[in-house]
Amino acid sequence: MALSSRHLLQLEGTSKEDLDLILDTSVGFREILDRPIKKVPPLRGKTVVNLFYENSTRTRISFELAEKRLSADTINFSTSTSSVKKGETLRDTVRNIEAMKIDMVVVRHGSTGVPYYLTQCLDANIINAGDGTHEHPTQGLLDIFTIRQKYNKIKGLRVLLVGDIRHSRVARSNIWGLKTLGASVAVCGPTTLLPYEAEKFGIDVYTNLDEAMEGVDVVNILRIQLERQKAGLFPSQREYSNLFGITRERLKRLNKNFTIMHPGPMNRGIEITNKVADGPASVILEQVTNGQAVRMAVLYLLSNVDAHEDKAIE
Amino acid sequence: MKQDLIIINGQLIDPRLGFIKDADMAIKDGQILKIFDKKRITEKELAKYEPEEIIDAKGCIVTTGMVDIHVHFREPGREDKETIMSGSQAAAAGGFTSVCCMPNTTPAIDNQETVKFVTSLAEKGDCRVYCIGAITKGRQGKELAEIGDLVKAGVVGVSDDGDYVQNPEVMRRALEYSSMFDIPVISHAEDCQLAGDGKMNESYESSRLGIPGTPAVAEEIAIIRDIKLAGLTGARLHIAHVSTAGGVEAIRRGKAEGVKVTGEAAPHHFCLTDKMIGEKYDTNLRVSPPLRTEKDRLALIEGLVDGTIDCIATDHAPHTEEEKDVEFDHAPPGMIGLETCLGLAITYLVEKGYLTVPDLIRKLTVNPAGIVGLEVGSLEVGEVADLTIFDPNKKWVVKESKIVSKCKNSPFIDMKLKGKVKATIMGGRVTYRS
Repeated sequence: MALSSRHLLQLEGTSKEDLDLILDTSVGFREILDRPIKKVPPLRGKTVVNLFYENSTRTRISFELAEKRLSADTINFSTSTSSVKKGETLRDTVRNIEAMKIDMVVVRHGSTGVPYYLTQCLDANIINAGDGTHEHPTQGLLDIFTIRQKYNKIKGLRVLLVGDIRHSRVARSNIWGLKTLGASVAVCGPTTLLPYEAEKFGIDVYTNLDEAMEGVDVVNILRIQLERQKAGLFPSQREYSNLFGITRERLKRLNKNFTIMHPGPMNRGIEITNKVADGPASVILEQVTNGQAVRMAVLYLLSNVDAHEDKAIE
Repeated sequence: MKQDLIIINGQLIDPRLGFIKDADMAIKDGQILKIFDKKRITEKELAKYEPEEIIDAKGCIVTTGMVDIHVHFREPGREDKETIMSGSQAAAAGGFTSVCCMPNTTPAIDNQETVKFVTSLAEKGDCRVYCIGAITKGRQGKELAEIGDLVKAGVVGVSDDGDYVQNPEVMRRALEYSSMFDIPVISHAEDCQLAGDGKMNESYESSRLGIPGTPAVAEEIAIIRDIKLAGLTGARLHIAHVSTAGGVEAIRRGKAEGVKVTGEAAPHHFCLTDKMIGEKYDTNLRVSPPLRTEKDRLALIEGLVDGTIDCIATDHAPHTEEEKDVEFDHAPPGMIGLETCLGLAITYLVEKGYLTVPDLIRKLTVNPAGIVGLEVGSLEVGEVADLTIFDPNKKWVVKESKIVSKCKNSPFIDMKLKGKVKATIMGGRVTYRS
């Protein structure tokens, strides 16, 4: 089995077969992570660059670890340590990197479409680690993997995303992946932080959190970025917390066993309280571990697509 | 007797007098010398005239030279993108004999000297180049430019194009003041606060792509405000590059109320929608105002059909390859348009049955000329020979290598179009032949 694409750019339009293959492959890698020796050889001899134009700690470390555990050689390239600050264009930076004979590029960038742009100027496999507020496909996949791990299925579940949907690439990747796999998806947040014409995504849109949580299995809580308040999109953290914060009291009142997720980093006390984040329903740290497995699966499968193609050419 | 030029086998369409007839035409000393409208010119007569050039316009329409009242020729300031000379050549290749340059150059066209500079460069060019002056000094939206001086130097309208005059009081005074000179104030209608940092139209597409959007209301509110001010002052208002259904409707209502308002549409706004952006993130699709939805596109066409939108203008906006070869949201807005305008208009408006060829010709000749008060000749003996000859049925592919403009920032490259310029004649001189 092989993926139908050489790249992972977005979950919108990614087929059910490809999603299932990545999730199934992730199961094996998840097991490896529980072994005493967590390193396996499939990417030996491959070089992967982590090209990060935006600050990131957990995603970059997660990718780097995944690459190392697959025995790939990795280098990190981030804006603070590169020539980008000297005014070099994206094209030149990327072509220079390729001249160093890189096999795969993991890219995070503040502009939508940059991973696609890279596919047009490079031969390497491209993995999107977040482009603008467009998509963050491996985060979507790891969220879905975590849900599947708990319920043994995706189809028929109802997943609610809470918070700043408009500016969230995590939300978009979750929406597309979950819908393709047969879940029903709802979003809830202040109207100023919902995407324009959000219902056209084929999702249920709420502004009342208690209503939104009815019949829901999984609640995925998104980080509220505090600069949105400065931009006038909500009046205060206090009010946000009152209207959209997930607290133990709210969970108790709704009297249902939810699974609580958060892609991190969390604003404790604003969108989520300590009691919920660290409570029994939370799978937040499991998401982090699963992120490793899912990224290993993606790297492994994409490098395999190449191998298959090479054979076909021979 | 030596003749300058003879055009044979064509069909004449006169947008001013409204006639259509099969006739040949002799041109001498920059003017139309004779129209052979009783019968075609004979071999014998032709030999007697000894023309320097015979243009065989078989299957072609011969009409008044096309006028584009909205181009950016970038000179002075950004001669790497376009010059008055290269822009005039691109205009000729697109069938245009007259263009109006927007004043957002460096320095801005807000003083007599810059007008004279541009005009002097245009003397050797391949089309007539008129200047639109700035409304405000330095296009800053604060103090009125010396509009009287500008008019004296030859400007045919004023605009801060590229920016909206945000302060309504300043716009009111600009309209009042300009009405003394009977020139239009041309508005780039977009409320900048509402537009925010939008890089494309706000729609489901911008939501899907996560690219910040500019809402249609940013344009609609701006247009409505300016129409109110034009009504108050009795001045002439022209709305540049209308892109929204609400904008079209506002102009329709303004006209019905008797306000002196006109509107233009750019080919890319009636041909393309924001749906294309997510396919390849082609930075040539980044324009200001942005490509809108299918509903807006159809409303714009409806406006062209019912006369709400008076004319077509290209908003020809060259940007270098280097400037456009960047992330979508980092690219400067604008695309070139002179050389694809006629083909796009025929393909998207005439072929689809929205406009007849004579209707289209009016929107590319007498209508735009009327807005900025330019004289347009008719196809009669003694008139200035500014002519566009085009084959409405010729199919062609837009080739990057054939683009005359200095910049190639067009999303229409490799697109198949119907309708192509055969030759352009300015003052009896052939400025373009295909």
